[in-house]
Amino acid sequence: MTLEFVLLIFLPIVAALFIPLLFRKIKGIHTGWFVLAVPVLLFIYYTSFVKTTMDGGHALSELQWIPSLGISFVSYLDGLSVLFSLLITGIGALVVLYSIFYLDKNKEKLGNFYVYLLLFMSAMLGVVQSDNVISLYLFWELTSISSFLLIGYWFTRDRSRFGALKSMMVTVFGGLMMLGGFILLGIMGGTFSIRELIAKSSSFVGHEFFTLALVLILLGAFTKSAQFPFYIWLPDAMEAPTPVSAYLHSATMVKAGLYLVARFTPIFAASEVWIWLVTGIGLLTLFWGSLFAVKQTDLKAILAFSTVSQLGLIMSLLGAGAITFHVNEALFSFAMFAAIFHLINHATFKGSLFMIAGIVDHETGTRDIRKLGGLMSIMPVSFTVAFIGSMSMAGLPPFNGFLSKEMFLQSMLAIRHFEYFNFATWGVVFPVVAWIASVFTFIYSFYFVFKTFTGKQKVGKLPQEPHEAPIGMLISPVILASLVVAIFFIPNVVGKWLVKPAVMAIQPYQYSHPSEVEVHVSAWHGFASVELWMTIGIIIIGALLYLSLSKWQKFYGIQPDSISLNAMYDATMTFSEKGMNRLSRLYMTGLIRTYLLYIFAFLSVTTIAMLFLQDAFVVDMSSFSKISLYGLINAVILLLAVAFVLLSKTRLGAIISLGAVGYSVALFFVIFKAPDLALTQLVIETVSVALFLLAFQRLPKLSDHGETKSNKLVNGIIALGVGVTVTLVALSSHSQKLVASISQYYKDTVETEAGGGNIVNVILVDYRGFDTLFEIAVLAIAGIGVLGMIKLRLARKESSDENK
Amino acid sequence: MELVMAILIGVLFTAAVYLILSRSLLKIIIGTGLLSHGAHLLILTMGGLGGLAPPVIAEGVTDFADPLPQALILTAIVISFGVTAFMLVMAYRAYAVHKTDDMNQMKGNNEHD
Repeated sequence: MTLEFVLLIFLPIVAALFIPLLFRKIKGIHTGWFVLAVPVLLFIYYTSFVKTTMDGGHALSELQWIPSLGISFVSYLDGLSVLFSLLITGIGALVVLYSIFYLDKNKEKLGNFYVYLLLFMSAMLGVVQSDNVISLYLFWELTSISSFLLIGYWFTRDRSRFGALKSMMVTVFGGLMMLGGFILLGIMGGTFSIRELIAKSSSFVGHEFFTLALVLILLGAFTKSAQFPFYIWLPDAMEAPTPVSAYLHSATMVKAGLYLVARFTPIFAASEVWIWLVTGIGLLTLFWGSLFAVKQTDLKAILAFSTVSQLGLIMSLLGAGAITFHVNEALFSFAMFAAIFHLINHATFKGSLFMIAGIVDHETGTRDIRKLGGLMSIMPVSFTVAFIGSMSMAGLPPFNGFLSKEMFLQSMLAIRHFEYFNFATWGVVFPVVAWIASVFTFIYSFYFVFKTFTGKQKVGKLPQEPHEAPIGMLISPVILASLVVAIFFIPNVVGKWLVKPAVMAIQPYQYSHPSEVEVHVSAWHGFASVELWMTIGIIIIGALLYLSLSKWQKFYGIQPDSISLNAMYDATMTFSEKGMNRLSRLYMTGLIRTYLLYIFAFLSVTTIAMLFLQDAFVVDMSSFSKISLYGLINAVILLLAVAFVLLSKTRLGAIISLGAVGYSVALFFVIFKAPDLALTQLVIETVSVALFLLAFQRLPKLSDHGETKSNKLVNGIIALGVGVTVTLVALSSHSQKLVASISQYYKDTVETEAGGGNIVNVILVDYRGFDTLFEIAVLAIAGIGVLGMIKLRLARKESSDENK
Repeated sequence: MELVMAILIGVLFTAAVYLILSRSLLKIIIGTGLLSHGAHLLILTMGGLGGLAPPVIAEGVTDFADPLPQALILTAIVISFGVTAFMLVMAYRAYAVHKTDDMNQMKGNNEHD
């Protein structure tokens, strides 16, 4: 193939660049028509790969990005990624078509909408085609960002912004965890390529990072695919325009997590943790979502919880499919097939249902199911589509949902026979939970379609006069609904073209060619099959419960809002914000003393601790020089002067004592054979004292401003700590000199090389003249600074007045 | 002699830190003065206090004091003098503007939270 098809991933982004221009310049035509070409072209293009993958082949195209780090954009098209690419572009095209009629070209900011949507399309194609985990992560976050933008599309509404932020927080949290997992995988395998990682995966089992990487990657998948307990962002994301909900939050983005689990199954299926987590969390999500869907009163909220629940179903099937890694029996081999098959089915019926919910909203002005009813005769086409979608969702024949539900029940029943990892004990729970969840699925499907379209007409009370939607708006849902029916009658064609290549991609350890996946979908298993009786049970119990819905729906009110997962999320957010505020107020007092206390305490504690922990404290008396009498006397003088500084009550006393300290330091310089230092010190001390006197004359009296005794005590302790630290460090470092001084060189060469006799001066201006240069600069800057502070106050005052 | 000096330097540091932690701006400046004295003596002591003659070449002298620490201290003295002078004027200006030398009253206000 000559075309570098990896570039096609970026086609929507490139197209997005022109959208604002088209939107501004061409007012007569709805911008969506231009956009429509992109997914349609891509869809047609990606269908050409179906032939390749059906034969067990794959296509690869690579674009180097950062070769030195092993990071590249790769378009790897095998059964799984072709299937997802077709879903993305196919449903993308239908959604764009639908949005043309849903969004008004004069009232809406279409430029923004389609830019975000195309951005999302690129990101999604990148996620499912990337073979490089780093570029996969890049596209993954791009889906989060574009989803954030789309949910917040009507950004003037509070609920939209809240929903956008919430989904961002949850999915980006998961994304970052996933990045951690990817990096651990990269460390384990020494490569970022998924194919190479899969090839090396047998060596990962038992690696110290294996389980950690597994859990981190699952966190990414669970947050994106709205699994328990991370599903909370999805119902709030329903504030997005309905085409977005249909596209992102039912058919594509939420399936990115499923894709991730499927893609990494060959690496992690060896782990017990993987099978338990994926199957268990999936089943829990299925149950939880179906249970709470019945509680909702908003059409899109029902669909959101239903999406959560169905994603859980697919997730649990992916987990059950991973069992084939351990037991290669026909009993388990169709779980993965069922997962992929249901993934396709769900995309078709959920997409159409969302579009119908949008139509109902569009044509009646409300999505509240309590206000709706009796729309069947007014909106016959919408009703038909909604009926087909709902019945498929409930798992009834002759719709595709029936087939996948049967296979789901069959898989859950099969889990009982899995003997490892404690499944023999707990396996029986799985079919029971799955069955109860299916009953609730049945109830909310009926609830959704019949409460909206049958019953008493409430036409007068609706915000708008209801009528059937325009034909253009109905095209997409009708196409999807026809697929729902068509797949029921030709499941094995779909299986052969799309599902089996995908299954082969997920289970390369088991199959080397799609035709080896021996699964034949049939609608009729005979009376002997347990699934059939389970389905009949679902229908009977579900129907009974649906008919008595008004009697028991109120029990949902028992659960108080304060202990829901949403309340926990809100509490966490408030707590982190308030808690962090309180924490920083606690230690950021604004007082300089507090900060200095931290600094000094840290300095002395860590230094002393390190000294003794590392056995670094050594005093070697032999290296010390002799104690001189003059030195001792001078030391006493200096100590006395310091004491006077501390005790002095007046400014003058303190300055004089400070001067005394300076002069005795100068005396030390004399005693220790440093004439230049002594000279400088004397002069500078004199000038300093003069400066102090000059400045202090204008300052208030020396005062401790009523400092409390306890503060003074703390200051004293910290000060003593610093003093002791300095003494200990000085003693032990002097005792442990590792190399001789370089001063011998100066002594030897001062006359021959520099032609001077005073070594200190020669060092200052010759050997190390740069120090001196910049020391002069420091003095100059200090002088200019002083001048500035004194002279420029008028100008500064004026400007500060202006600021006020 | 190094032992005596080390203790002396410790005392200088203790006094300096104690003053720096106080609430009065004046005491803080005095504290920094003491701190630089302590640091200078520390450099000198760490260089070794041996040496019979100052580091000036003269006939028949071989045991010089180490010249390098002296050069470093000379630089440090000048720099600390510059900084001290600057701080003194700053304290003077701060007092002229704020009419206080209490550090607790000079803390930032809540406007910038």
